[in-house]
Parts: sequence; structure tokens; C-alpha cells
Amino acid sequence: MKLNKILKNAFLVIVASFVLSACAVSKKTGQMQGDVYTGKDTVEYLASGVPDRVFFATNESVLTTASRETLRKQAAWLRKNSKITVVLEGHADERGTREYNLALGERRANAAKDYLMTYGISSNRIQVLSYGKERPVDSGSNPLAWSKNRRSVTVKAN
Amino acid sequence: MIKKILFSLIFIIPINAFALIEVDITRGNLNPLPIAVSPLSIDENSKKNFEKITKKNNLGSEISQIVEKNLKTSGLFNPLSKDAFLQAPDIANLKPRFEDWNLIKAQALITGKVKFVDEKLRVEFRLWDVLAGKEMMALAFTTVPSNWRRVGHIITDKVYERLTGEKGYFDTRIIYVAEEGPKTKRVKKLAIMDQDGANNKFLTLGNELVLTPRFNPTNQMVTYLSYFRNLPRVYLLDIETGMQEVVGDFPGMTFAPRFSPDGKKIIMSFAKDGNSDIYTMDLENRIVEKITNHPSIDTSPSYSPDGKYICFNSDRSGYQQIYIMKSDGSNVKRISFGKGLYGTPVWSPRGDLIAFTKLHKGKFYIGVMRTDGSGERLLTENFYQEAPSWSPNGRVLIFYRETETDEKGEGFTAKLWSIDLTGYNERQVNTPTDASDPSWSSLLSN
Repeated sequence: MKLNKILKNAFLVIVASFVLSACAVSKKTGQMQGDVYTGKDTVEYLASGVPDRVFFATNESVLTTASRETLRKQAAWLRKNSKITVVLEGHADERGTREYNLALGERRANAAKDYLMTYGISSNRIQVLSYGKERPVDSGSNPLAWSKNRRSVTVKAN
Repeated sequence: MIKKILFSLIFIIPINAFALIEVDITRGNLNPLPIAVSPLSIDENSKKNFEKITKKNNLGSEISQIVEKNLKTSGLFNPLSKDAFLQAPDIANLKPRFEDWNLIKAQALITGKVKFVDEKLRVEFRLWDVLAGKEMMALAFTTVPSNWRRVGHIITDKVYERLTGEKGYFDTRIIYVAEEGPKTKRVKKLAIMDQDGANNKFLTLGNELVLTPRFNPTNQMVTYLSYFRNLPRVYLLDIETGMQEVVGDFPGMTFAPRFSPDGKKIIMSFAKDGNSDIYTMDLENRIVEKITNHPSIDTSPSYSPDGKYICFNSDRSGYQQIYIMKSDGSNVKRISFGKGLYGTPVWSPRGDLIAFTKLHKGKFYIGVMRTDGSGERLLTENFYQEAPSWSPNGRVLIFYRETETDEKGEGFTAKLWSIDLTGYNERQVNTPTDASDPSWSSLLSN
């Protein structure tokens, strides 16, 4: 019994250290937090310091803290450039059925749209377009590639 | 675009022989029935005339090859090598010497004759029970010579029906999305082909993204999603005339279209403000009805064959699951309760099963369950596969499969595959390009 408990604890320690080292690795590369992409590889800029895209967790359309910061920058830029209209292109990764992903892409782009609107951007300046999983930026079949593809991209429409 | 085709049945002789052979299609068939397909006999004059029109020097053996290939692909039959045949086609068609066919272990025999009559192709064929020494079926019909491939498919359908007791699925077509180019910039076109891959034709040019074509079960109309002018909308396409029109006047993306079983309505999703609900549009009076009203994603709707129910995909529980409801949207009930996520439910044309895609622990499965969600059976597991579509007799599923890319992100392919409801007979369906989103037509000659 006692031995069992010791073994169990030892096992937990080993598992915990695996988990910790896994976290350490992903932090070191600075590419993902949880399964949300945090890197800069695919990011383009609407203007200096204004990233064009935000990333999502698997199956999620909730905006992360980093996404909200990016969208506030976009809102500020849009307020300064009041003639510009944008299309928010929502995307999903390849690990889901085509039709559900079309809906998910639409939901993600709308999450971004809602946030821009709360920062004073009129809805008639924002169009939403879902591509589902049809337009990945990274053709890889791995978690990092998928994290880059789960995104909403703000594209100038005029 | 597609010629209207007239087949005139001339005579059917019902034979009341007590046939010994029958093929059980309800189980995986590990011992396919040995069958001899004798080349259809042809006289010299007919041969010359058909060659002028069809460029095939022996139309009789060409048709028998189609029958043979169909039977083999079904997985239920084992067509025997013609090299072993002892009896000449014309004599066998009059009266087979059953001992000879028995000797090569054939249990069933198909014989027949093609003839050029008044610029037309006249075909007769017979199915024989070799062990009982009896004729099981005899049928003749006349058509235009350019229809010769369909003649092969119709013969297969009749033989399949006689031996299994269920309608065939060979005189049918598949509409699908042809894909080319790198994964990040895929060019997609609508394409259509015969069930066996012949007569492949592209229906759009690839200028805009197209997805999820589906046949009207009652005619040759198709509904699909097009990104024409970057506005993803459900369209209707008449494949005979090439005429296209957008379905309804929705202020946003419409997608996931399918016809009702009577072909009079289109059911689809409409996405607005981050919420997708299911709608129908009546094609005659253009009346639009909202069927679901829920803040979750509701998509991939598919009617039961009697039109009374709809199965669909929703994440209202937090994750993608399969639900059914009455066709007016009432009595919504979740039916998928296994581990993992479920998508793309499609109601079997027989009414008893729902096929689906399942994602569990990083693998994708095509499976079936009863309409109350019981009896879940997974037919095939892979890195990525989805979107099953039923053969019109509800015995075979066609779907698409994508491959994993390598470290450089290369090596991506998308192909069509089919599998029997039994889980046996999984095979790739050949297409000239990569392919996805297949939809099976109903029988053309019925």
C-alpha cells in the first residue's frame, strides 16, 4: 500500500515535470500559448504597429488578451483613417468538417467585428467573410500550422 | 448539355425458376459470387456500324467489360477470367452448356447480344443460374449508340437487383469538387462523372471557390456553395442547360445546402452576426422559412427520405453533435452521445440510418448510427476524411479523404473513396484531379 502510494507520487512528479518541460518548450519558442498562436511569422501590418490578424484556440471564437490588444490598435487606426472600410476574413484549421468550419470562421470574424464596434467603429465599415478551412496560410499538418490558420484577418477593402 | 436519353424496354420475361444463387449484401462478403460475363455477341455488320459511331471496334465486349468492372467493384461478385470460357458468346446466349460453365466454377452467367437496328443500339441479355441450369432473367432494350456505357451500367443494375433483391446503383453519376494547386491556394471546380469515373466533365472554370455540390434526388439539378464575387451563397445549377441562379436573397453567407427528398425545397444554413441557423426555401413560391433559432452553430441539415424529419449538426451542447428534429423545427433531440465530435449527418435513402463524420483523439471516422442514435458503427478511420454521401440504394458511402503533409508542408492530396455499409470493400474512386465533396445521384434510368 505504502509502496503503491510512493510509486504513485513519484509518477505524478514525473508527469508534472513532463508537463512543465512541455510548457517551457512552447514558451521558449514563443509560438503558442495553450494552442493559440502567439508568433509573428504570418502576421502582416495594416500600418506601423497595427497587426492585421488575431488567433484563436481550437473550436473557439473567444478573443484572447493579445487579440483584444491587436483589435484596439486596429480600432485606433480605423478611427484615424475614417474613410477606410475593412473585410474581416474568418478562418478555421483543417481539423474540422467543411460546413461547420464555414460557420466557425464566420463566428470568429464576428467576434473581431463586435470588438471593433465596441471601440467605436461603425458596423457599416466592416464586412465579414468566412473562408472556413479553405484558405490556410500554413500547409503543415501539425499543431503549430493549425494554430496559425485559426485566425481572423482584417483586410482593407478600399 | 447532357442529352435527354430514352430507353425503351421491349420485353421482360419473368422466369419463375427457383434460383439457388442469391447474394447476401447485409454482411461483409468475403466470398464474392463467381460470375462469368460472356462478351455480348455482335454480328459483323453491326460491328462496323458501331465502330463508325463509337470508335470502339467491338461494342459487345466493351459493354461486357463495363458490367464486369461494375460487378467487381461492388465487392459482391468475382468476375471470372474470359480466357477460361469454353463456349462462344453467340452460342452461349442461345443456350449455355452449363457443364462447361460449372467446370470453371461459375455460379452465374451473363450472356447477350448487341445489334445495330435502324441507327439504334439494340441490346438483349440473359442471366443464368449455372448450378440450377436455368435462365433467371432476360431483358432487351434499344437506345442511341452513344449511350453504350449506360447500357453496361443498366445491365449491371438489373443483374445486381435480381441477385441481391435490392436496386443497384450503377447507372448513376457523382458530382464533386475537383481540386488543383497548392494547399494554401486551392483552385476548385465543380465536376461530374459517371459512377465508374468515365465521362468526367468540369462544370465551372475555377474562377471562384465552389464547395459542397449536391444532387436533387428527383432530377439533374444541383445545389452548391459558390464564392462568386466573394459573396458565399447557395446556388442552383441546371446541369443540362448550365443555367445558374442564387438561392434566395440573404444578407450574408448561406451554405451547407441540400434538397428535400421531393426536390422542391432547399435546406441550408444562413450565417449572420456570428450565428448560423437552418432555413428552407421553397423553389416554387420562393418562400423562406427559418427552421432553427438558437445562438449556436446549426448546420449540415439533411432530410429523412419521407421528408418528415431533419438531422443536423449543432454545437449547442458546447461541441459539435448530431441532432434530429421534425421538419418544422420542433422536437429537437440530440442523438450522438459517443466520445468525440460528430458532424455531417446524412440520412440514408432507406431511412433507417444516419451516416456521419466523427473526430476522436485526432482521428477522423466515417460511421453510421440508427436514427435514434443507437447502434453506432465506425466504418473507417483515417488522418482526415469527411462528408459521406449515400448510394441511391443505401448500401455504399462515398466520401473524401485528405492526406497529412510532410515536414515541409508538402504532399497534400484529396481523393474520393467509397466503402460498403458493412465496412468492407473500401476503395479509392479514381478522378483526373484531386477531389472532394462527392454527392451521389439517384438512378438515372428510373
